[in-house]
Amino acid sequence: MNSRSMTEQYASKHGKIYWLFHDSSVIAWRNLLRFRRNPEVLFFDVVQPIIFILLFAFVFGGAIDVGDSSYRSFLIPGIFVQTIAFAGASAAIGLNADMNSGIIDRFKSLPMNTTGVLLGQNLADLVRSVITLFIMSLTGLAIGWRISGGFANAVFAYLLLLAFGFSMAWIGSTIGLSVSSPQVASTAGFAWLFPLTFLSNAFVPTETLPTWLRFFAEWNPITSIVAATRYLFGYPIQVSPDAPFSLQHPIITTIIWLVVITAIFMPLAGKKFRKATSR
Amino acid sequence: MSIAIEANNLVKKYGEVTALAGLSLQVEEGTVFGLLGPNGAGKTTAVRVLTTLLTPDSGSATVAGVDVINDPEHAREIMGLSGQNASVDENLTGIENLVMLGRLFRLPKKEAVMKANDLLERFSLTDASKRIVKTYSGGMRRRLDLAASLIANPNILFLDEPTTGLDPRSRLMMWDVIQNLVNEGTTVLLTTQYLEEADQLANKIAVIDKGKVIAQGTADELKTQVGGERIDVVVSQAQASQAAVALQSMASGKVVVEGEHVQAPVSGGGVKVVEAVRALDMAKIEIKEIQLRRPTLDDVFLSLTGHHAEEVKVEDETVATKKGRK
Repeated sequence: MNSRSMTEQYASKHGKIYWLFHDSSVIAWRNLLRFRRNPEVLFFDVVQPIIFILLFAFVFGGAIDVGDSSYRSFLIPGIFVQTIAFAGASAAIGLNADMNSGIIDRFKSLPMNTTGVLLGQNLADLVRSVITLFIMSLTGLAIGWRISGGFANAVFAYLLLLAFGFSMAWIGSTIGLSVSSPQVASTAGFAWLFPLTFLSNAFVPTETLPTWLRFFAEWNPITSIVAATRYLFGYPIQVSPDAPFSLQHPIITTIIWLVVITAIFMPLAGKKFRKATSR
Repeated sequence: MSIAIEANNLVKKYGEVTALAGLSLQVEEGTVFGLLGPNGAGKTTAVRVLTTLLTPDSGSATVAGVDVINDPEHAREIMGLSGQNASVDENLTGIENLVMLGRLFRLPKKEAVMKANDLLERFSLTDASKRIVKTYSGGMRRRLDLAASLIANPNILFLDEPTTGLDPRSRLMMWDVIQNLVNEGTTVLLTTQYLEEADQLANKIAVIDKGKVIAQGTADELKTQVGGERIDVVVSQAQASQAAVALQSMASGKVVVEGEHVQAPVSGGGVKVVEAVRALDMAKIEIKEIQLRRPTLDDVFLSLTGHHAEEVKVEDETVATKKGRK
């Protein structure tokens, strides 16, 4: 009973926002411990990004003509974006696994901030994304990719990629909380990502696409962030003057996309989470 | 005596299935209240509503005077819950689980570690504290789960089927643990399918069927209502009804015939078996088998509702699938 009153004393010292971050960091720590013990995660975070870089660079590298620059410099930012986007699926699978175990009841029966469970999970995924980006960058550098846009721009590019991963994780969270089993979460978490990442400028220039697909690809958030990171990493991009706003101003478009996606899916996931119970 | 837990007319429906059909109960402070019923009777739903995990369609409930429906955050600070499917993280070690929950209860880090170690010791889990929970036995998991629900020293504890699926030894250990908590003054509401468990632990028992309390009282009061022990006799089907008539005079309640089985509630123990044999012999009925046994939940049900406890299981599966689809 004394521990209880102590808790209250301790708790009242800080405000709501403090506790949200406190709770999130505890959950993030828990998720990182889980990742460390799961060999599958190691594969997704380390092996898969390397395979992606090598596969695209050597298999498609010679076949796709992107003009005067080498396909590898064109390609690497695209693979970064695709891999980070796939992290959203990991949020879907992880949250769904929690929903299907009793642990969610435990969290919900605590006087903690329930948003902390989601935020903590997504922060842990962010740490994974940092690792993934680091490994992919090393692999890229090893096969001839170079950062030539300056240090500050490169840092900005990485931050943009992480922010993108964070907003995708909220879409993943919403999916994970909406489906019944981890298997469905895995399928549903990935299914929409394939058309989204391939119907963009990530692997091919959008100019080659038929008109109706081209419109979709030009306004696809993936295209914006790929164009933005290409620019920031110093890949020379020629934008024709009649290109749409999204291609003329990829950085602003990307930021708008990230804010809009997070603003929609963060509260939506929170609402789903509060309504959901363990199954 | 003040009231620690109170539920008034709770109703919860899943589509067409009614999980709670106006459940009411009162638990006095410092006592153990047993919610006894078969699978699908609504026990878990009741616990989930009382612990703020589920909002009822109608009705009200308070825990230590705090409204669980309108003030769930406050209510959560007062109570602990140990659920049916152990709610601990399988990929963490025992100590990591408890420290995590201590931190989420907003204990300072040092405090959380100390508390975790105390609890692990108390539940004989110190040796396993650095092992991943996946490697724990069922009994160890359950004990860890109970430990987890005690992190914040709750005055009121909800235990949803704390011993279901445990081997007899783990069950006895769990009973011991619960008894100790009660001795320290914790109010406990536990659900169980075993009359014996309710009998062992609970001061007061409520029998629940189809989302409603159908009988309430101390274990002794219930047993009297049910009629103490049972004599089970197996005879040929042709003689079964004759046997029932022969046994009725010595029975303490209504004798029930089912095929070759004749069941007579009795009070008085072994002597009654002798009387029963004599009565059957006098009526020239051949006994294939005879035994004296303590009443089970099924007997309680049979005498209170006229149907077997198992019959409800069919509905339980409907409830489960409905929940799964939600």
